[in-house]
Amino acid sequence: MNPSGNSCGSFPAASPFAPVAGPIVRSVTDPFHGDLLEVSMGPQHPSTHGVFRMVATLDGEQIVKLKPVFGYLHRNHEKIAENTSYLASMPYTDRLDYLCSLSTNWAYAFAAEKLLGQPVPDRAQYLRIILAEMTRLVNHSCLVGFLFNDLGTSFTPLLYAFREREKIIDLFESLTGSRMMCNYQRFGGCRVDPTPEWLEAARKLVENFPRFLDEYERMLTGNEIMLARTQGIGRVNAAQAINAGLTGPVLRASGVDYDLRKVDAYGFYGRMDFRVPLGDHGDTYDRYMIRILEMRESVKILAQAFRDLPAGPIMDPKAKQRGHRPKAGEAYGRIEGPKGEIGFHLISDGSPNPYRYRVRPPSLINLTLLEDMCLGHTLADSVVILGSIDIVLGEVDR
Amino acid sequence: MEMNASDIKHTPFPAAGTMTDAEREELRRHGILLTSLEELYNWGRSNSIWPIQFGLACCAIEMIAAATARFDIARFGAEIFRPSPRQADLMIVSGTVTKKMAPLVVRLWNQMPEPKYCIAMGACAISGGPFKQGYNVLKGIDRFLPVDIYIPGCPPRPEALLNGLIQLQEKIKGEKLTGPNAARHVRSDVNNEHPIPEYGAHDLVPSKNTALWSPPASPTT
Repeated sequence: MNPSGNSCGSFPAASPFAPVAGPIVRSVTDPFHGDLLEVSMGPQHPSTHGVFRMVATLDGEQIVKLKPVFGYLHRNHEKIAENTSYLASMPYTDRLDYLCSLSTNWAYAFAAEKLLGQPVPDRAQYLRIILAEMTRLVNHSCLVGFLFNDLGTSFTPLLYAFREREKIIDLFESLTGSRMMCNYQRFGGCRVDPTPEWLEAARKLVENFPRFLDEYERMLTGNEIMLARTQGIGRVNAAQAINAGLTGPVLRASGVDYDLRKVDAYGFYGRMDFRVPLGDHGDTYDRYMIRILEMRESVKILAQAFRDLPAGPIMDPKAKQRGHRPKAGEAYGRIEGPKGEIGFHLISDGSPNPYRYRVRPPSLINLTLLEDMCLGHTLADSVVILGSIDIVLGEVDR
Repeated sequence: MEMNASDIKHTPFPAAGTMTDAEREELRRHGILLTSLEELYNWGRSNSIWPIQFGLACCAIEMIAAATARFDIARFGAEIFRPSPRQADLMIVSGTVTKKMAPLVVRLWNQMPEPKYCIAMGACAISGGPFKQGYNVLKGIDRFLPVDIYIPGCPPRPEALLNGLIQLQEKIKGEKLTGPNAARHVRSDVNNEHPIPEYGAHDLVPSKNTALWSPPASPTT
């Protein structure tokens, strides 16, 4: 440590752990202040949700600067997709956001269908809504569990979340054949038609889900430690959130009414009756409550989708199954994933492979405000703030 | 039975070595437990494996699922996930190892004290898996670490991880403490630290640890 805070003696300069040079946000002039301390958290750290690294500069316990470092899980998704056919990228989209493979599948299918001009039958549209909303239930309940892990509850809420997750994942497995990597959507529809028994089991599960939410909330929401650790922590106002391009629950916690399910009304969301929960303060607590309220709205959407699900084909009979060769052009398809706007930008030059394949990852863009959220708070709070943003490193680094 | 010096040289545990299982079982029924130190030591170690809490990618979610109530890795004594490598016995490489991450994985391995074991969980950790073509993806962690158990799958189910753990327990139970086939952690002639690769212009330098891994022989030769 030295007062300028720009070097951290014990590491050789060539080491990947060497501190990153840059201006310090606040210079220390008061002789009673201690030295600034640079702390590198991650990539192996239980609270960084995967291989994410934060380089925090601390004044005492307060964070005066925070630099996120990522790329530890850069798996070349976009480059690999540009070298294979359109359909072959579908399994890779499962592995982008590995908690919500079915939502990401839909976003990719949506972009490719736009590019191909491919219509989708009604039953498939409803099935997509059903599976995407069930994915939202999985994602949000696990997120809340992980958030409380970061608050120091050491696994208990996560055990409840994973109990529910296993029930939903079992349904995914019986429908698609895989627990996590479902690979379910196709261009022009879905891959397999659920049986009436599956639909009945899913309907029952969703019907009972609010009971789990009540149990979860009774345990967590009013907890004093939770309130003290989250209210007023990591605040983001609406202007900041819009300027940084935040989307999803993190944006809506700041009070901005922007949900693609309402704005674009893609798929058949225009036919669904649901509300968009909004936060007031944009703090960690609001971001937690938004998730709980969104799950309750998802249950409503699911009930309507099960009620209205029509009979019919799940795949457009004229749709090409493989060897897609879209005309030269470009398309951007986006949906409201559990973490925010997940979009795919495809540029075709008429060949069987996309000329350019670009993912708009909500996790990465929501992460851009991490430093602003953390400044002035303690290191322990930065962990909770990171948890409340809800990142998945597969999507951040791609 | 009489024993001479040459017998002892060949059987390191003469008491255990000359009794049949039936005789030991007979003694056990009378309340006398006869075992060898080796067996007792390995039995204890194999039932309290502490993995390092270290998730890389998708497989980490299934690793967490294995620790939750439904699969309950605690039944096998391996539920204590340690965030510090200094307290861990087992590294579960759960996910894609990129070239940016590989030096850190090797560093963590070096920081773990012996006896230590490595499980390569999932296709990516075994061979690069679906991302093998990627320019930034390491084609298998066994290029840098001595892997004990490989668990295929993308991602493997939690049951598969449990099965891998049981296989590892069997392996630990068969380890020798003395003799020419002694386990790595009791030998002084084996170097347990592996060199940490550095970031080169195009690839890791060196791109593999030749002491551990060599490319498979071509089928034509």
